[in-house]
Amino acid sequence: MDLHFNQHAPDAEEIAAVDGCLASVPLDGDRRQHLLPVLHAIQGRKGWVSPGALNHACLRLDVPPAEAFGVADFYALFQTRPHPPLTVHVCDDIACRTRGAEALCAEVEAALGPQGESRDGVATWHRSPCLGLCERAPAALVIAAGHPPRERDLAPATGAHVLSVLAGAPVPHPPLSVSVPQAGQPGLKLLARVGRIDPASLDDYRAAGGFLALRRAFEMGPGAVIKEVVESRLVGRGGAAFPTGVKWQGARSATLPRYLICNADESEPGTFKDRVLMENDPFSLIEAMTIAGFATGCEKGYLYLRGEYPLALSRLENAIARCRERGFLGDDVLGDGVRFDIELRRGAGAYICGEETALMNSIEGRRGEPRNKPPFPTEFGLFGQPTVINNVETLVNVIPIMIEGGKAFAALGTERSTGPKLFCVSGHVQRPGVYEAPFGITLGELLDLAGGIGGNGRLQAVLLGGAAGAFVTHDQLGAPLTFEGTRAIGATLGSAVVMPFDDTVDLRQILRRIAQFFRDESCGQCVPCRVGTVRQEELLHRLATDRPLGSVGEEVALLKELGQAMRDASICGLGQTASSAIESALARFPIFQGTQETR
Amino acid sequence: MISQDAPDAKIPVPRGPVPMPPPPRPRRTVELTIDGQSVAVPEGATLLDAARQLGIETPTLCFLENLTPVNVCRICVVEVEGSRTLVPACSRKAEPGMKVSTDSERVRLSRKLVLELLGSSVDLSTAPQIQDYMERYDAKPERFGPPAPPARAGERDAARPGHHHPPGVPHDGCAATVGQPVKVDNELYVRDYSKCIVCYKCVEACGTDAQNTFAIALAGRGFDARISTEYDVPLPDSACVYCGNCIGVCPTGALMFKSEFDMRQAGTWDESQQTATDTICPYCGVGCTLTVHVQEEKIVKVTSPLDNDVTRGHLCIKGRFGWEWVNRRE
Ligand SMILES: Cc1cc2nc3c(=O)[nH]c(=O)nc-3n(C[C@H](O)[C@H](O)[C@H](O)COP(=O)(O)O)c2cc1C
Ligand code: SF4
Ligand code: SF4
Ligand code: SF4
Ligand code: FES
Ligand code: FES
Repeated sequence: MDLHFNQHAPDAEEIAAVDGCLASVPLDGDRRQHLLPVLHAIQGRKGWVSPGALNHACLRLDVPPAEAFGVADFYALFQTRPHPPLTVHVCDDIACRTRGAEALCAEVEAALGPQGESRDGVATWHRSPCLGLCERAPAALVIAAGHPPRERDLAPATGAHVLSVLAGAPVPHPPLSVSVPQAGQPGLKLLARVGRIDPASLDDYRAAGGFLALRRAFEMGPGAVIKEVVESRLVGRGGAAFPTGVKWQGARSATLPRYLICNADESEPGTFKDRVLMENDPFSLIEAMTIAGFATGCEKGYLYLRGEYPLALSRLENAIARCRERGFLGDDVLGDGVRFDIELRRGAGAYICGEETALMNSIEGRRGEPRNKPPFPTEFGLFGQPTVINNVETLVNVIPIMIEGGKAFAALGTERSTGPKLFCVSGHVQRPGVYEAPFGITLGELLDLAGGIGGNGRLQAVLLGGAAGAFVTHDQLGAPLTFEGTRAIGATLGSAVVMPFDDTVDLRQILRRIAQFFRDESCGQCVPCRVGTVRQEELLHRLATDRPLGSVGEEVALLKELGQAMRDASICGLGQTASSAIESALARFPIFQGTQETR
Repeated sequence: MISQDAPDAKIPVPRGPVPMPPPPRPRRTVELTIDGQSVAVPEGATLLDAARQLGIETPTLCFLENLTPVNVCRICVVEVEGSRTLVPACSRKAEPGMKVSTDSERVRLSRKLVLELLGSSVDLSTAPQIQDYMERYDAKPERFGPPAPPARAGERDAARPGHHHPPGVPHDGCAATVGQPVKVDNELYVRDYSKCIVCYKCVEACGTDAQNTFAIALAGRGFDARISTEYDVPLPDSACVYCGNCIGVCPTGALMFKSEFDMRQAGTWDESQQTATDTICPYCGVGCTLTVHVQEEKIVKVTSPLDNDVTRGHLCIKGRFGWEWVNRRE
């Protein structure tokens, strides 16, 4: 392709960053797919993606500069304007708001100046959407460009921690029991090894029963593996609740090559279960992906990891390397002639890339814009090939299914929601964390397991399912946490977010933050969501500041019309659910005077 | 131009917004019902094709016969029985037995809202077709508040993804718009992104669908998504070869011949005084059809018919702008 470049030239470091990143990858075939890793390399080295660096990347990858710029400019972790090398991302999202996010922002602002600016040209900070560390709120992520770049998540974070990390001083990680209060308890299936093994050690993993499930799968053969998964009635844990067995069956008959993707982009506000699993039991995800790849006939799996998860990144990188060394991944897995390998891809700060087709575009080196469906990924997915995509937790469930069989797995939980489930409990609760419980535990029981309501102890509302979920009231604590049980109370299980708020919280501010989240994270492709999420935030602002256009009733009616159009006409789940939590709160709580309905 | 080691052997790379699946082979007939009327269309036809066959008018903005459907504007949505959401008629394939409503209350509400969202954020003064649609669907963009003042030059281009000023900062009670100064950086055409509805047509026309130049692409995210060259460099520094194909497909007048822009500024643009004549481009042997628009004996712009077999609406700089020299020599 004849590319046109402007006059900007890369410097030596930028050339080294790009060429170093490409040194270890085969450049035959589609080169554009290396764009995201190359942009990460440039950003990590220099703190921003300069025109010269981009030119060099485009030359190596044969991508037009305008398109590559459009890709870089899509992701929040890539800077396309000159930017200081040290960046602090401070979470000001809803869970952290209950635990001092604004105070943390104020401390950081006092030290570094207004957000986005830099006093010394070396460090700056930005407010961030949920960093997936909600159980240890308030949270921050420090990224220091350099060779190599340093990244460190901090939670709970203080201004002093942030400054220490900026200065290169060590800050210890809090003990695991803070994130997983059940760690080490007997009877856990998904969290069984969490806290009991060294997450860096393949031998530990094997000693704790690791790779027995994979051996079992190899003995059974692909057809029998899928049969067990169908019998387990496992449904996806990523939010859409699609039966996993059906998805796998569909892929079996599709054309080759086929791809497997593990969706580890976890960015729904309030969600952190996948992170905890990947940080503390990374080998189990490798094993589970290998079983899935074997069953569906995929020789290559992509693990798309949220860009803001540095600890999960290093632990997964280590796990993949150890597995390759010892023949648990590669051309001859377990010496059984099965070929399967995993490529780790990092996201770069875009919630929308958790949507399955946006994720595929992102891997392909395009903007993370969802595709119109149909065609569905099992028919037309990554690189246009049939693709099986599953959430981290969904995949990890396959291990107990292989060990105990689909029928036994299905005996746990309820008829339509089978097996164990991880819940992300944060906000005003005594002991936030990831909790494992069988499907069917009630909302009240789960909150009791987490020590009861925190804050001032008086419950106002619980957000279920995340920003794309719904608020429920005190009256609904008896509802069983299952797909069907949450639906019955007009809510959704979503990504299993359970976030109580005490009665000191101004729900109007929470709703505004949710509206802001969707506005910031919309990919901008379709009109209902691109402009609708802006109008929704403006409407909530007018209502929250008691300055409606016309009457409050008219504004609420307009908000509902807008919600209806976003739900009906948006391309993807982001726009389709951007109004659901807000509408549920409006219907159930007397937030704006005179707006409550009988619900 | 930078000189680095040229990449090794050139391998064709798949391009375009989203690779489309191969079209189905055998052409069978699909029967479905639209607004209670049965209709039979060839397999592979879209709901838009089927509706048109019945003479049902469906509004479209991002759809164009000679471009790959991107289905982003959502003005064409229709209701399909059994489907959770509405579906875009322009790209959804007809399936046997589908029951489609094109004028249900849900459809009308979504179309109206799409128009109100565009009308409240974009300058539609040179988009008569959208104005017609707004009348048809009784769209009232002012329901969302008075428009905020336009951004300063470069301000929208500098937006960071995932960050924005909360409403009320700096313009309280206003509806955010894409208003900004016109980009005038060359003698042939201007880009007024205050009028851009982000329909992707220009990007497709500049890319695989016609020109293969890739001078412009989508940048930014969310409400800050915009059409841009790399780092917003002026067109003369970009890959643009001034084929003008993007102008030809732009539905809103955001991309406009400099001649038309200047005449509009001066208040002398008058379509009622213009004639349009088809001719064959004299510059090379391809034989593209040009439609020459003349006002007061001067060529004011050149378009090309979409249904022409040779050009499918697309031209090169000579056909599109060669007349500039004719005018100037006078
Ligand atoms: C806006 C949006 C964000 C999403 N984010 C995630 C995510 O972070 N992780 C995930 O597993 N699924 C996410 N999903 C759901 C995926 O599209 C997809 O349904 C899921 O990965 C399928 O896996 P499962 O069947 O195992 O749940 C998201 C969907 C939408 C619409
Ligand atoms: S609904 Fe929103 S996020 Fe999804 S495609 Fe449309 S603009 Fe993008
Ligand atoms: S004039 Fe032609 S080359 Fe230039 S931006 Fe438009 S379509 Fe692309
Ligand atoms: S400039 Fe015109 S053609 Fe291009 S996206 Fe905007 S409205 Fe569409
Ligand atoms: S980490 Fe702050 S809300 Fe999740
Ligand atoms: S015309 Fe169908 S979505 Fe734009």
